[in-house]
Amino acid sequence: MPGLAGRMSTVVKAKISRMLDRAEDPGETLDYGYQKQVELLQNVKKGIADVVTSKKRLQMQTQKLEQQVVKLDTQARQALAQGREDLARTALERKTLAQTEMQSLDQQVKELEQQQEQLTANEQRLRQKIEQFRTKKEVIKAQYSAAEAQVRISEAANGVGEEMADLGLAMQRAEDKTETMRARASAVEELEKAGAFDDITALGSGEDDIDRQLSELTSGVQVDDELAKMKAELGSGGGDSPALEQGEEKA
Amino acid sequence: MIVRISGEGQYKLPDEDAGRLNELDNRAVAAVEQGDETGFRELWSQMLEIVASDGNALPEDELVESDVILPPRDISFNEAKGEFNGEGLIPD
Repeated sequence: MPGLAGRMSTVVKAKISRMLDRAEDPGETLDYGYQKQVELLQNVKKGIADVVTSKKRLQMQTQKLEQQVVKLDTQARQALAQGREDLARTALERKTLAQTEMQSLDQQVKELEQQQEQLTANEQRLRQKIEQFRTKKEVIKAQYSAAEAQVRISEAANGVGEEMADLGLAMQRAEDKTETMRARASAVEELEKAGAFDDITALGSGEDDIDRQLSELTSGVQVDDELAKMKAELGSGGGDSPALEQGEEKA
Repeated sequence: MIVRISGEGQYKLPDEDAGRLNELDNRAVAAVEQGDETGFRELWSQMLEIVASDGNALPEDELVESDVILPPRDISFNEAKGEFNGEGLIPD
C-alpha cells in the first residue's frame, strides 16, 4: 500500500498541519517548536499536578470509606448480638455501599497512576525529539544542498510536530479524565454529607429517608447473605434457625 | 511503514501489515457503527497485537511522520466513535 503517508486524516494530523502551516521555513518551525514545547511543558506540569491532586483526594476518600466499612461491620455485629436485626441490616446496607464505592475509587486511583506515568514518559520523549531535531538540523544543513536540506528538515519537523501534537492530545485526554473523576469524588462527598456512611448509633428510631434510599441502592441479596452469615457466627443468638438458604438465588 | 500508538510512541512495521491493519480497521468501523462494543474490542486488540508482534520501537533519534496513527490503547467506546468512522484510520 504505497502512499499511506499523507493520506491519514485524524485529529492529530489536522493539528500538526495547522501548526506547520504557520511556519514556512524549518528554522521558524524549530523556533515555533521550542515556543510550543515551553507551553506544553507548563501544561504538562499543571496536568500532572492536577492528576496527583485528584489521586490524593480519591485516596483520602478510600481510606475514610475503609474505616467506615470496619466500623459498620462491628456495629452490625453488636446490633445483632443485642437482637436488633433491623439496625444490623441498616449497618450492612451502608457497609455494602461503602465497599462498592471503595472498589470503584481504587480502580480510579490506579487509572490516574497510569496516566501520571504515561504523561511523564511522553513529556520526556518529546523533549528528546526536540533536542534531536536541533542537532539534526545542523547536520542536514552541512550535508545537503539548500533545497534538499529544506525538504529533509521539513520531514524531521513533521516528525517532531506529530510528537508534539500527540502529547497535546494525551494532555487533553488526561484533563478530561481527571474532570470526570473530580465529579465522581464530589458525588461521593455528597453521599457522605447526606450521611450515607454514618454511624448507625446516630440513627433515630425507625427508617429515615437515607435508609430507604440505601435499601434501593444496595443489593438485598448480598445484605441478606451477610446477615445470615453473621447470625451463624454469633450462634444466632437464640436457637431459632435462620433461613440461610433464602439468599441463594443469584440474579 | 511507521505506526504510532497515540500516547505511546512510534513503531516500524513491515509494509505487508498495512493490508491486515486496513482490513481490521474497516471491520472496526462496521462494529462501531453497529454499536457492537464487544466486537470492536476484539478487533482493536487484534490491531494492537499486530503492532506488538511485528513492530519495533523507532529509535529516539528518528524523526519521521507516521503512516498510521492508532488511537490510545485504552480508547473508550465513546471515543472510538470519533475515530472509527467513515473510512476509518486507514483510508481505502
